[in-house]
Amino acid sequence: MKIDRRSFLSLAAGVAAGTALTPLPLKLTDDLSIWTQTFRYMPNEVPVPPDGAVSVATSVCSLCPGGCGISVRKIDNRAVKIEGRQGYPVNNGGICTLGLAGLQLLYGPWRVQEPLKKKEGGFEKISWDQALSEISGRLNDLRRNGKSPSVAAITGAGQNTTGRLLQRFLTVFGSPHFIRIPAVDDSLAFAAGRMLGTAGVPAFDFENSSYVLSFGSGLLDGWGSPVRMFQAHSRWKENGATLVQVEARLSNTAAKADVWVPVKPGTEATLALGLAHVIVRDGLHDPAIEAAGKAFDAFRELLKSRYAPGAVARQTGVEEPKIEKLARDFARSPRPVAVCGKGAGQDPVESLEAMAVLALNALAGGFNRSGGVRINAAPDYIHWPEPEGSAAQKSNGTRLDVHRLPELINGGAQPPVQALFVMEANPLFTLHGAPALAGAVDKIPLVVSLSSYMDETAAAADYVLPVHAYLERYEDVLITAGLKEPLVGLSRPVVKPKFGSRHAGDVLIDLARAMGDDVAAAFPWENFEDCLKQTMADKWDVLSDQGYLAETGPEIPAGGMNFAALVESAELQPPGQGENGAWPLTLIPYDSMRLWGGHIGTPPFVLKTVADTVLKQADVFVEVNPVTAERYHLADGRPAFLETPAGKARVRVHVTDGIAPDVIAMPRGLGHAAYDDYLAEKGVNINALIGPVEDPVSGLDVAWGVKAKLTTA
Amino acid sequence: MDTTDDKCKCDAGEAAGGEETGVSKVSQDKGLLAVILAFLAGLGIALAVGWVVYPALLYSEQEQPVQFNHELHMAEVPDGCESCHFFREDGTFSGVPTLDQCRDCHESAIGESEEELKFVEEYMEKDQEVPWLIYSRQPDCVFFSHAAHVLKAGMSCEACHGPIGESTSLKTYQENRITGYSRDIWGEDLTGIFKKNPWDSMKMDDCARCHDKETGSKGACFQCHK
Ligand code: SF4
Repeated sequence: MKIDRRSFLSLAAGVAAGTALTPLPLKLTDDLSIWTQTFRYMPNEVPVPPDGAVSVATSVCSLCPGGCGISVRKIDNRAVKIEGRQGYPVNNGGICTLGLAGLQLLYGPWRVQEPLKKKEGGFEKISWDQALSEISGRLNDLRRNGKSPSVAAITGAGQNTTGRLLQRFLTVFGSPHFIRIPAVDDSLAFAAGRMLGTAGVPAFDFENSSYVLSFGSGLLDGWGSPVRMFQAHSRWKENGATLVQVEARLSNTAAKADVWVPVKPGTEATLALGLAHVIVRDGLHDPAIEAAGKAFDAFRELLKSRYAPGAVARQTGVEEPKIEKLARDFARSPRPVAVCGKGAGQDPVESLEAMAVLALNALAGGFNRSGGVRINAAPDYIHWPEPEGSAAQKSNGTRLDVHRLPELINGGAQPPVQALFVMEANPLFTLHGAPALAGAVDKIPLVVSLSSYMDETAAAADYVLPVHAYLERYEDVLITAGLKEPLVGLSRPVVKPKFGSRHAGDVLIDLARAMGDDVAAAFPWENFEDCLKQTMADKWDVLSDQGYLAETGPEIPAGGMNFAALVESAELQPPGQGENGAWPLTLIPYDSMRLWGGHIGTPPFVLKTVADTVLKQADVFVEVNPVTAERYHLADGRPAFLETPAGKARVRVHVTDGIAPDVIAMPRGLGHAAYDDYLAEKGVNINALIGPVEDPVSGLDVAWGVKAKLTTA
Repeated sequence: MDTTDDKCKCDAGEAAGGEETGVSKVSQDKGLLAVILAFLAGLGIALAVGWVVYPALLYSEQEQPVQFNHELHMAEVPDGCESCHFFREDGTFSGVPTLDQCRDCHESAIGESEEELKFVEEYMEKDQEVPWLIYSRQPDCVFFSHAAHVLKAGMSCEACHGPIGESTSLKTYQENRITGYSRDIWGEDLTGIFKKNPWDSMKMDDCARCHDKETGSKGACFQCHK
């Protein structure tokens, strides 16, 4: 039978009639409508997370030295919200942007998920057993060949149990090169050691101060324990306290201060001593200090000869009457306090500056009184038996400063460092002269990074050993960051580890075990948790129950302050750099609560809060005063080349009155090469443009500003 | 009229291949038959597609990762359904049990059945949750509170879920390939006409019908779609 037009139409009619008699039209319509509602397979699909039991876990945030208590809301084993912990002594319920965005550091795509080994053009995944046996094998080879002192370790973890385990590992291995990334605390402790005989960290009682004199400290830009500083700021408003910010840039702190004193970068110590001059000259100082202090006359002589207001005004750019007024206001205020540590306080300062600040506090009678300062000896709760046998050998070597690494490595034919461990630190990004350090690290035959993230240093390592993220692990957190009373906080696992990571402490214990004999014997603990509990011993219960331990040591009186150390430092201090035609500007970095310049990369949520006068797409802005802009023909928003003796970069110009003429400023924390798409290749790493500057007294790298020039692109 | 007839014949003639007028009557009948057959064929195909082919294509079938006997457990547990499907302290409903609820009894295998060994070895010992396929999972846009229905309105579990507690095995899970949801939401019966029990389907209309009956109103959109 032939199908003609009529039969075909009839067939179609039959199909239509038949279809109408089936559930298909209704069902298909319904299914399609649900499909459109859920929009699976679309890139913008909003995931609906699974349901589960709600619980709240408490811990301590260890993302910055602040050590805030946190409460983490969980659904089953999933952390969904981080909040400040109510009643915790540091932050009492407060939290900062980074702490709030911490979940992205837990679940972010840049976590290292299993041990990696460098191979041609990338990394290959290897097992923990293989990684540890290969590394321990190479270390044992070095040891057998008498090259123990050629092993170095860099860490940001410092003095807590994990940091001390790394230090112990190096010691029993026979190397003195345990390097902590230094911060302003080290400068202050050094100054306190020289002037007071105890290298303790000063604690500032900001809350009760009546007059806060800050030498460039970003008290509201991430300095010390940031959340605590915000709360202290509220107290100042309530109490009518005065905040004076000495800084060339209108930072958040300067903007909120009662008095903003723009000063030439690098002359903070001069200004501090200029103020001391006025105080001593006018007899406004605490007489007890003069009576008991050592070498006070030499100090008075120094102030008289070198720090008269006229000379100080010329060097610092602060007018003479202003210096006089500042000095008198400071000294006459009932409970004044002076503080230093630029930006977030993550950089050491010149010894002279740290000493001058201690001296100012002493002159104001601020030691050991409410609203003043007290020096706390480093908390002392880690007591392990001395290692025995060959591990007990005293290593004969000198301290290695991290900023010296390039010099040392590039100097000799064979790198003096044969193996480098990096733990919870990202020196290839955070240290001044980062590119030179990267070149040097490249020459070290064995580089091991213990890191949760694929940061710049991990990317350059031969082995990356993934450690638990901060919400997955136990950690004693030493909170000294300027707190009134130093605390030991307890970070504890909030969620089960998500990937194949391990605790850094466990890695060190396992590595020691793999190395055998006396090295293994010096690490007798079953695992890190066991080690921590044994270390804390009878303090563990309190630490575990309340989440912190107050570790206040005995008071150190300021009466016997030795001013000779200060006078000596002033003699050693090189004269300030003069005008230099080739480099007419001074570039300074700045910190803020929206960008994190430390070893933790800024998570996407926080990066979203950065204004587009700081970062626009991939371009970073350099702040330029209108006067400077006019002189060098720079227009707002236009691209420019920024050049320093250390390097060159393409930037954009942001013309603003919030920066002194001839000074230009750029944020820290941008210009990552590693991490993820959100952070990498955005802006410029300012640390690559600044070379290290060694303090002649402490030997620490104290670079802050650098000579620079800016030309239109 | 004539004209129409003429046209008709003419068309029929053409359709029959331009034969003589005498034969055109037969071809006319034949043509009609063809039309009817075509209609019936279309009808048949459509019915077959709509009732048999479409449902067969629409749903994929999957077995649960482990078999489970509700009846057996009901005899052992103290509080009926609530022993495993309980309300948490904050009023949220726990839904499908996690290993925590099984652990007390099944830390190690009870008996030697294949499914029991599979459960203990693959899930309990590895501390890996069983990826149960959930027959009653509603679309993501639906918010449903068990507490409001069970604790407040005093409804029984069976009222919506049927006599699941008496089942001895878990049936094959059928997933709608288009929507990704379980067949049980729309119901076994694609027409929806032959629904006998409340738990036979659980679409929005089912909710509305019951709400209308019990509360006098179908409820507002935002009661379930937040
Ligand atoms: S201030 Fe520091 S410790 Fe506190 S929440 Fe923020 S990152 Fe964490």
